[in-house]
Amino acid sequence: MTHIGIIDCGISNLTSVKNAFDYLCINAEIVRNPHDLPRYSHLVLPGVGAFRRGMQNLHASGFDEAVVDEVQKGKPVIGLCLGMQLLAEHGEEFGITEGLGLIPGDVVKLQLPSSPEFRLPHVGWNDVQQLKTSRLWRSIDDNTAFYFVHSYVYGSIPDEQVIGTADYGSRMVAVIEHEHIFGTQFHPEKSQKSGLQLLKNFAELC
Amino acid sequence: MLKNRLIPVLFLKHGWLVRSEQFRYHQNLGNPLTQVGRYNTWNVDELIYIDITPDDHYDILRDDLGGVGYENPRDILDIIRLVSKECFMPLTFGGKIRTLEDIRRRLALGADKVTINTQALADPSFITAAAEEFGSQAIIVSIDVLKNDDGTYEVYTQLGQEPTGRTPATWAKEVEERGAGEIFLNSIDRDGMANGYDLDLIRRVVDNTHIPVIACGGVGKHQDFARGIIEGGASAVAAGNIFHFKEMSYPLAKKDLKKVGLNVR
Repeated sequence: MTHIGIIDCGISNLTSVKNAFDYLCINAEIVRNPHDLPRYSHLVLPGVGAFRRGMQNLHASGFDEAVVDEVQKGKPVIGLCLGMQLLAEHGEEFGITEGLGLIPGDVVKLQLPSSPEFRLPHVGWNDVQQLKTSRLWRSIDDNTAFYFVHSYVYGSIPDEQVIGTADYGSRMVAVIEHEHIFGTQFHPEKSQKSGLQLLKNFAELC
Repeated sequence: MLKNRLIPVLFLKHGWLVRSEQFRYHQNLGNPLTQVGRYNTWNVDELIYIDITPDDHYDILRDDLGGVGYENPRDILDIIRLVSKECFMPLTFGGKIRTLEDIRRRLALGADKVTINTQALADPSFITAAAEEFGSQAIIVSIDVLKNDDGTYEVYTQLGQEPTGRTPATWAKEVEERGAGEIFLNSIDRDGMANGYDLDLIRRVVDNTHIPVIACGGVGKHQDFARGIIEGGASAVAAGNIFHFKEMSYPLAKKDLKKVGLNVR
């Protein structure tokens, strides 16, 4: 039975994510103790804020090792925004920090063309191109807009793991999938109907 | 490509939605929660709620203006809690934020961002402390500007009541350097006047910063939004009153923005 565990990494917008699953009538709880992770069928790693602080919080609470253990056992996980970035090997925000290392790749500052229209953070609704078929895309049209707010992005990642991109000055990684590990750079919990559909698609993976 | 955002701003006083004019006159429009369903239907890009209650008084006993089936919210936290259960779009809340704990409480209840104004001016290091704690993306600094009779611009604090001697472009640059993620720029003299944005003011702030600027104050017709983006250079355009008083104004405004070739959702 689907039972979503939303990981509390200290600085994330947990309530928004919980509200989204409640609205969808999908059983989800906020998890504050890493020992409870085995109880859940799916994990969500939400996140706002900086990479370094996010990892420090995961480490201090013991979630870093617990999440990796569960995911290595085959449990589906989705990282949202900073949560997706924390799945990487390293992040460079406020100094190089080691990530969870579940996705081979590094998170770097968004490189923008020097034109006043490109501002940081990248905030707002941007179309996402679906590069590959995925169970996450079920009932979602190609080039649907999702809500982004971030200044950092995956810089290096194997092409086959990128299933969606967006364009902000150049192509950037928007959605990743590697076996049962997923991540969205945008906030599905803030992207209205299409975002809710994506969360539902994740919850329906077995 | 990134789309230009069109943002309804809801000003709240004593727990009620109000129409604001020059930051001085406020007309009660009723219970803020009755509007929430409409914003969902319209698929609005984002919502900004600003609590302009000057004291701690929330007038929850009035029942003449409440919508049927809606309780009167007890305070701003109540409003955040209820709105975030129904609106799956970015939600910003401002007003009366003085401490990191004030921000934490709002984010924990479902706010995505907060706007800071008076406290940022009283103690600019608060912007940095907030950005370090919650990330720049969660911290919007709101700047209220009055155009003086001699044509100069000045930043005001305390709900637009106190002059600070600061010029908007310089203050905007400072808030960016201190870690703000966005600027919410409002014009006191245009507020509620429906005579269009102060495009010169927007341009000055946009040209002196690299973070997104949300323009507000003075929208009277849909064309004003397009001018805010094209002539002012704003990343997002916001308004309060026009969305309360015209039927379907939000979707129709979007249509008009599309018509002039702007990239909107």
